[in-house]
Amino acid sequence: MIAIERLEKHYRVPERAVGLRAAFGSLFHRTYKTVRAVDGVSFSISRGERVGFLGPNGAGKTTTLKILAGLLYPTAGTVSVDGHVPQRREDAFLRKIMLVTGQKQQLLWDLPPSETFELNRAIYDVPRALYRKRLDELVTLLEISELLGRPTRNLSLGERMKCELAAALIHGPEVLFLDEPTLGLDVSMQATIRAFIRRYNEEHGATLILTSHYMDDVAALCPRVVVIDQGRISYDGALEDLVREVRPDKRVVLRVSRPVDARDLVGLGTVVKREPGEIVLQVTPDRLQEVVTRALATLPVTDLTVEAPPLEEVMSELFARGRK
Amino acid sequence: MSLRATLRATPALLRVGLVESLAYRAELLVWILATTMPLVMMALFATVAREAPIGRYGEGEVIAYFLATFLVRQLTGSWAAWEINMDVKQGTLATRLLRPIHPLWAYACEGIAALPLRLVLSAPLAIVALILTSRGHLARDPVIWGMFAVATLLAWAITFLINAALGSLALFVDSSLRWVDVYLLLFFVGSGYLVPVDVFPGWARTVLDALPFRYQIGFPVELMVNVHDRAHALALLGRQLAWTLALLGATLALFHRGLRRFGAFGG
Repeated sequence: MIAIERLEKHYRVPERAVGLRAAFGSLFHRTYKTVRAVDGVSFSISRGERVGFLGPNGAGKTTTLKILAGLLYPTAGTVSVDGHVPQRREDAFLRKIMLVTGQKQQLLWDLPPSETFELNRAIYDVPRALYRKRLDELVTLLEISELLGRPTRNLSLGERMKCELAAALIHGPEVLFLDEPTLGLDVSMQATIRAFIRRYNEEHGATLILTSHYMDDVAALCPRVVVIDQGRISYDGALEDLVREVRPDKRVVLRVSRPVDARDLVGLGTVVKREPGEIVLQVTPDRLQEVVTRALATLPVTDLTVEAPPLEEVMSELFARGRK
Repeated sequence: MSLRATLRATPALLRVGLVESLAYRAELLVWILATTMPLVMMALFATVAREAPIGRYGEGEVIAYFLATFLVRQLTGSWAAWEINMDVKQGTLATRLLRPIHPLWAYACEGIAALPLRLVLSAPLAIVALILTSRGHLARDPVIWGMFAVATLLAWAITFLINAALGSLALFVDSSLRWVDVYLLLFFVGSGYLVPVDVFPGWARTVLDALPFRYQIGFPVELMVNVHDRAHALALLGRQLAWTLALLGATLALFHRGLRRFGAFGG
């Protein structure tokens, strides 16, 4: 469905030192440096896959998404989305894709979202009956019936994002590029958006690429992740394998009925957290059974769970390794 | 983009543009107030022409000319340069590029859609004033009026295309609106908006005839106030059409070349 081969995107950006002298100097002589935003990226994605595209700020995620959506011309390499070369921006290609970003919006600011929906219906030439069916479905799933008639400028960020998603899906895109779709939303709204995206993928078989700094988005939506750092792919595979590879340790979370002395935890792995009602231990997989058994035997445990380390920590460690 | 799809989407673009212009009605009123300069120039020129004609323009002709200028300006205005510039700088051009309709066509439709409200607010007074004060100075030949209609349409197209080209410069340079300032200076001087083109000295008229500005305002106004006979009007119409086609090609080329550089501003 999506194939990227040795993709490169370089920007030439002006560069000058701080200060008045440098400012005057730049009037006569400008120096430029080339930024390699994407530097030899290759990967492919099958139809219907959900892939998390992760990386630190400035890693090249959004640039790659923009190239895939046909908004940017690559410096080198080849890109194909369902047989189309995105930068040609052919009619058939634009009808198949949609890029949703948490930062930019397509809703008409001073008009109600229903006007944007109707405009998109006309632009994408969606038959009226199909439009009505899709809109009803989107309105129900996203719970936006109350919002349709209110000017976009009067909606909250979360309400706008739900309407943005509806506007983006009116034409039933087969490929969704989601760039930070839950940016700035509260936890409950994030969960709603995630559930909706997942359902859209499952019901319509849409291919989905997601960038997000919220690891909960990635964990909930993407069985596969592609990690990009400094314009290059540093990992491509299953999310579980990435966690196992970067941080094989497990977290043993103990709920305790009374405060536990630090001396009682000696030999039970690394203490990540010790609070009156909860203790979190970090344990290597080979010692997991022993630690669990000992904890149950020696501590006032009322509940015990074994978890993978938080994805945020996994990604931080991966990015830190990249910088080394 | 296919022509069929574009034509199908056009009524919706016009409708949304009209609804948007209704939402921005206060802004529209300010825009109309900002285009009343011809009425100021009318007062100034009429005072001078009362003493002695300015070129071919006596007091009555001056009043007819500037009332017609006010009206034609309402019909041919475009602010696409500012819109495109803003969309490029804020990255919102991306939204337009993702849709299967040419962004310049969408800008054009939005501009045209604002016309009806602008006319409702400004045209009745201007037309009544023209009829009451200048009836004898208006064209009587229906063929000239037909040419006026075409010339006004092409005048709008030239104004829009120049605006679109200036807006597209934002894809190349940081400060495209500085170029808009330069354009506006040339437009005010060379279009007949502030001073009728045929009161300039001969050499200046020759230069202005070769530039597009006269065809944005002056030429349709001159048709309306009966300055040209049919043959001369047709020749000028031909030049106006040539400018429209040349600007269409240049603007499209500039826009598409600029898109290759798009992305530095995010989106």
